[in-house]
Amino acid sequence: MLGGINPAILIASLMVASVPIILAAIGELVVEKAGVLNLGVEGMMIMGAICGFVTAVATGNPYLGFLGGAVGGALLSLIFGVLTQYFLSNQVATGLALTLFGLGLSSMIGQGYNGIKPPPTGVVPLGPLSDIPALGRILFSHDWVVYASILIVAAVWAVLKYTRTGLILRAVGESHDAAHALGYKVIRIRMLAIMFGGAMAGLGGAYISLVRVPQWTDGITAGAGWIALAIVVFASWRPWRILLGAYLFGGITVLQLNLQAAGAAIPVQYLSMSPYLITILVLVIMSSGKGRASMNAPAALGQNFHASR
Amino acid sequence: MTGETTRPELLAVSGVTKAYPGVVANSDVSFSIKAGEVHALLGENGAGKSTLVKMIYGLVKPDSGSMRLSGAAYAPNEPRQARASGVAMVFQHFSLFEALSVAENVALGMENPPKLRDLASRIRKVSEEYGLPLDPDRMVGDLSAGERQRVEIIRCLLQDPKLLIMDEPTSVLTPQEVDILFKTLRQLSAEGTAILYISHKLEEIRALCDEATILRRGKVVATCTPRDRSAREMAELMVGATLTPPERGTKAKGDVALRVAGLSVASPIPFGTSLKNIGFSVAKGEVLGIAGVAGNGQDELLLALSGELRTAPGTLSIDGADVSALGPNDRRRAGLVAAPEERLGHAAAPDMSLVENALLSGATRQGLVKNGFIDWPATRSFAEGIVKDFDVRTPGTHVAARALSGGNLQKFVVGRELSQAPTVIVINQPTWGVDAAAAAAIRQAILDRAATGAAVVVISQDLDELLEIADNFAALNEGRLTQPRPVAGLTIDEIGLMMGGAHGMEVAHHAH
Repeated sequence: MLGGINPAILIASLMVASVPIILAAIGELVVEKAGVLNLGVEGMMIMGAICGFVTAVATGNPYLGFLGGAVGGALLSLIFGVLTQYFLSNQVATGLALTLFGLGLSSMIGQGYNGIKPPPTGVVPLGPLSDIPALGRILFSHDWVVYASILIVAAVWAVLKYTRTGLILRAVGESHDAAHALGYKVIRIRMLAIMFGGAMAGLGGAYISLVRVPQWTDGITAGAGWIALAIVVFASWRPWRILLGAYLFGGITVLQLNLQAAGAAIPVQYLSMSPYLITILVLVIMSSGKGRASMNAPAALGQNFHASR
Repeated sequence: MTGETTRPELLAVSGVTKAYPGVVANSDVSFSIKAGEVHALLGENGAGKSTLVKMIYGLVKPDSGSMRLSGAAYAPNEPRQARASGVAMVFQHFSLFEALSVAENVALGMENPPKLRDLASRIRKVSEEYGLPLDPDRMVGDLSAGERQRVEIIRCLLQDPKLLIMDEPTSVLTPQEVDILFKTLRQLSAEGTAILYISHKLEEIRALCDEATILRRGKVVATCTPRDRSAREMAELMVGATLTPPERGTKAKGDVALRVAGLSVASPIPFGTSLKNIGFSVAKGEVLGIAGVAGNGQDELLLALSGELRTAPGTLSIDGADVSALGPNDRRRAGLVAAPEERLGHAAAPDMSLVENALLSGATRQGLVKNGFIDWPATRSFAEGIVKDFDVRTPGTHVAARALSGGNLQKFVVGRELSQAPTVIVINQPTWGVDAAAAAAIRQAILDRAATGAAVVVISQDLDELLEIADNFAALNEGRLTQPRPVAGLTIDEIGLMMGGAHGMEVAHHAH
């Protein structure tokens, strides 16, 4: 018992709090596995947040809202994809620009939506399961996106590990020259991965504006996209560790208030720094010699591909 | 090979032309291959061999001309179609994924791969049938160059190809491994698979191939039966000129200039090879040739000698002074210059001009920087001197290094180091990817420097080159260096054993 907080409620709200980060991070993992570094996760998330919010308010249907969020994120990622894959622009600079662009555009679209309540997203009725003491509260009383996010992580893991699609995706991220020589369409595969990443980030963003907060304010994602990026590295590009990373760090930053109220001994600032510190640590280990391979990092990450001769 | 006349024609290429902006890679090329024939495609770098086979494999589309495979029109749009038609290719570079397993790599090159577990057992079976044992579960990054090539060959064999294209397959193999490869290829040919064999190693082609098509500047200049021609005749057909081997003056050896003792260092390169207890010494006027299959520590040795990688005290001395702790610039000051293998990005900055590139390595020894300011006129004349002395073909010294052809840039970066009046010269792959005329000029320049008293270390994967210019010979094998031995009297078999023999492949072939 942490000074007055019910641990069941704490864990349950931690699961909800980390959903946007899980979704954005698993999307970015697929993008990076294909060898593309898209630093625009924050921008795609906030575009998903506003597009999802606007769609949900206009249609009154939260499900269409989530769909709108995914489409918004994917459309923004399309800009990144075209610029980096076809016009061979620098991925780091383009990704950063995408974040700034997404923040600005979302704030413009969002004018007039301040203070509106979106239609509520209901809890999945699991009947008697949710009445189980503690466990029911932790596991069986969430909305469908919480379950979907875990299923998506499982699906990405299975696809990358067991399917030919996953093998080709990893191959493209490992060496685009070799993949091209064998006749795989490097650019097309990367574009699809980028759009999947955008859709997942958009879905995560929509979850913030439709469920977590739920309302629209400028800059509503508040750095969740950056944490997602950090968690991909922390997870050393392994899907299940994304879940772990998101629960460890994603939740903590959002639970600052609870922890403060509970009088936790560690200043929250240290907790919010932790994902970034660990990311730096992982990057340092990675850059030392053989670390890169053992870290599972895609060898062609961030390199543009141009089919010469 | 019997029944030459009865064998049906498998592939016929007629009048194929392909142009890239500024260069015609293939111009009206025609030739044909019969089933079961081993056909050599000969030519220098840039003669258009690679473009031609890429068209056959569907990676590049011809501008005009046509191809027929087994009598039917054949125009693959992508490698997938080529593979479906029974054409497979073993690449020279760039077609394996280091972080994936052998089985995964094989699966990526197949059209309808079976489940990985079934594939693994098929890989084991086929690899043993052909005397090329492979463990399907190993990471490709951990394999030797010879084993990697086996992965590519097995990948092709699993698809029962009618035509197997091999692009410079022996450049990464020890002589013993070459023997095993040739046994496998003869076995395939006897089973009716045609082999299109690209190489510029003429003795190998004479030993292996039934027919040869020789390309020069994108055109077919001759066809011949390699067994009936001497290597020199074929070389002159390739180059279109008479070749003269480099001359070496007789010289007296001086004192030891470079001494390396007990040098061990971990590799900074992913999947690299650590150096283990390397020791040798080179006297003034001596050329030491270091052979070895790619990836056995060559890059690491160059880094350790040039000073990019520091080593333990006492491991490296120049003229008796310990330089182990010094960086590249201090070592240059002490008299050691180095030319790495990778021209663009390591030896030269691609987007900087030749003048700027001359400054980058010449500043220390040539005194091109005074009180922190660059002496541009002196730098320019240093660069112009290199261009003139080493016959670098360039519009001027203001052009970017990237704009030069491989051979010309190589002459420039080697010339830049040789022009600094060094006492010790270290060069990795001095003539890699360079045409025969430029290669001869570079080798001659190295010998000239040695004749004036420089100690030279040449690291190379080209055995013929080392035998031509080196006085002493040593080989790198998994990061260890053999005892240097005088070149005179060495046999190819002995050299092969120094390079590590056949990496455990003998057993499989004895079983047959």
